Amino acid sequence: MAEQDKSISIEVVYRGIFQKTLAQRICRSVVLAARKDGHTGTAFARYGDSPERNGVPAKQFAVVAADEIELEASMAKYEPAVVDVSIAVDDTLVKGVESWAWYGRQPIWKPVRANGWLLVTSEKTPDAVLAQTDKAERPYTLGIVPGGASFAGLWVFKDDHTDYRILGALAKILPQWISLENAKAATNELAKGNESAIASVQAGYDSTAMRPVRIGEGTSGHEVLQFKKPGWTTMRPGIIVEARKPGERNPYYKKYGARTMRPVVNFDTCIKCTMCWLDCPDECFEVTPEGHYEVVYSACIGCGICAQVCPVKDCIVMVDELKFTDNVDKWQMWKQDKPAYNAWFEKMSGVSAAPPPKAARATDAGAAASGGDE
Amino acid sequence: MVVELKLREHSDVETEQLATGCEAIAEAIRLADVDVMAAYPIRPYDGVMQAAAKLIANGKMDVEYIVADGEHSQFEIVKHACAVGSRVFVGSSGVGWFYAFEAIAVTAGLRLPVVAICGNRALDDPGAFGTEHNDSLAVRDLGWLLPWAETAQEALDLALMAWRVAEDKRVSLPIAIGLDGAFLTHSQHIVKIPTQEAVNRFLPKFDLGDRLLHPDNPITIAPQVDQDWLMEIRRQNDHAMRQALGVIREAHADFKKIFGRGGDSPFLDEYMTDDAEVVVIGQGTLSLPMKVAIRRLRKEGHKIGLVRLKWFRPFPTEEVVKTLSRFKAVGVIDRDYSFGSPFYGGVLYNEIRSALYSQQKRPVIVGFIAGLGGREIEQPMATEIFEKTEAAAKAGPSAGDTCHWIGVRE
Repeated sequence: MAEQDKSISIEVVYRGIFQKTLAQRICRSVVLAARKDGHTGTAFARYGDSPERNGVPAKQFAVVAADEIELEASMAKYEPAVVDVSIAVDDTLVKGVESWAWYGRQPIWKPVRANGWLLVTSEKTPDAVLAQTDKAERPYTLGIVPGGASFAGLWVFKDDHTDYRILGALAKILPQWISLENAKAATNELAKGNESAIASVQAGYDSTAMRPVRIGEGTSGHEVLQFKKPGWTTMRPGIIVEARKPGERNPYYKKYGARTMRPVVNFDTCIKCTMCWLDCPDECFEVTPEGHYEVVYSACIGCGICAQVCPVKDCIVMVDELKFTDNVDKWQMWKQDKPAYNAWFEKMSGVSAAPPPKAARATDAGAAASGGDE
Repeated sequence: MVVELKLREHSDVETEQLATGCEAIAEAIRLADVDVMAAYPIRPYDGVMQAAAKLIANGKMDVEYIVADGEHSQFEIVKHACAVGSRVFVGSSGVGWFYAFEAIAVTAGLRLPVVAICGNRALDDPGAFGTEHNDSLAVRDLGWLLPWAETAQEALDLALMAWRVAEDKRVSLPIAIGLDGAFLTHSQHIVKIPTQEAVNRFLPKFDLGDRLLHPDNPITIAPQVDQDWLMEIRRQNDHAMRQALGVIREAHADFKKIFGRGGDSPFLDEYMTDDAEVVVIGQGTLSLPMKVAIRRLRKEGHKIGLVRLKWFRPFPTEEVVKTLSRFKAVGVIDRDYSFGSPFYGGVLYNEIRSALYSQQKRPVIVGFIAGLGGREIEQPMATEIFEKTEAAAKAGPSAGDTCHWIGVRE
């Protein structure tokens, strides 16, 4: 009997805080639906992820087994090293998972067993998602559950049925563990008889697009980031963390994996006001020789504060992270070929790179300057 | 204005829930009809706060829920509530537990049957959330009863036992149930929720009797005393702790009769020990990886088993001695540390060695420190523990005068 006939492990990779309740609800619904088929199970979060930082990838798990003995056997490691299904509830997570716990950057499919599944909620095609996923080392099936990333907060939940659609998708791929009928029965209880929730289970079952992935498919464009933890004989006593030298970035924890959107900068309209540099909570702007401010993408978590504080319209624009295939800083590109850079800026951001009319700029600046005088 | 509280919905059949250890404890608070609980957030204890608050908000539980300004106040609140006759619940974790330490000490001194959980968490610094037992164990000498739960089900069951044992007049001491942070407090398992009727049969109403602090019963408690009084007072606490063993046995027998759960012994849970030559002993959730390892290694011919200690205080010396002296060697797994102790061993290791010292026939007892800070005891580590214990059985008694750190990076 194969391992997957005795028990099944499912992980949900989610964005810290924004999707915590969503991930919890998915894992609970898996166990409750499987329970209706007479299986037993458990659901839990990776404790080391907490407190989840905004956007930082975190994980929750559901393990379902035929009986208590098999459940114990699969629980002998609290965080499963191998899962049958990994569910990424935001498609930008396919660029890799770097958790708060300093594990380095891992391909999204890392724990997925050979011939397992990677389910991704996305509005993109399977091929577009695969193009941003690390090159496969084992065959698996990529399933796209149609829909956007359901972002909410710690205490609020965006009840857009993402959880029910995912349960429907799971019923499609794991019918021996979660039958469609029982997925609906469990949903009926969880959603207190809401018929549209049951329809969402059916929608997830019907509309999930499956794309078999062969070894070697995917991208090799993402950075390899591994961190070897030292032993007790080589660590400094006293719980010391070395300070970074000026200009040096943390080589162990990069956190750009928290990013769902990234800022792109129009250097031609930048007025060098320093606001972005000043307000960036991660100090990820570097000053160029001309006094422009360049985003260091390997340090940027995509919080969007720079775009908010920038006083010039469309000078810093936040753009969907999946549009980018590299993490290269852009000031050099602008420096070398401004028209080419501006064409790239327009293509990515969807806004014009041309400076706004002079009169409008003067008025804006005048309003800002006179603000405190009256 | 008088707000009429919605009556609790009592279920007359045992139900099943997917619940974390914390949620199971909240169900026990509801079933025990607790009067006052005090809260102050610290992970993993805050899981109980959230679950209890939800039961109250949903109209399923009626309890005076007091959010304190810190852990010390939190424990003082329930101590006072208990003195005036309220059934109480409280809890904390890690350094939060330590911040309440003075209140924790006086509660035992006053013989007030406060029921608490200690969601076991590593002590800061460094900041860490994972399980270590040093927070609970710090109160081991003070007169608190200290059981440890293995599963969410046992957490609920032990909590019901806790009010019964603590409030028994022969004991009248506080209890702190140890729950392993994360592994137990924050993972959801299927838990049977007993009926109110069954709980009512098991758990009598709280009655402090003539010790009730009330205008109709004019007394004062906690005066200043001197050397003429204190030893007698301490001896009373010692006597209460001795009495507790018998009270736990009675409660366990009744619990089994009413709920059909609880295992053969109230104090020890044995797994595959019948023909075992070598066993390991530990507390809490570490039994899970050890049981899996036992099933695996037994297929290769190893005669090994597990003994899980359910109550650390009162220490069930008679049961521990009788059980452990059957084996050639015993590996004691401590999810705690006691720096500078004999043989640099953990707390449980030295307690067990002490219990067996005067026995003619005694096993080799070897110590292991494992799983600190919530590190998982993975299968290679479990194998190493059994291999080292088997090697100690062959090498003889002096092989036990050592404590191995398992799964630590050199």
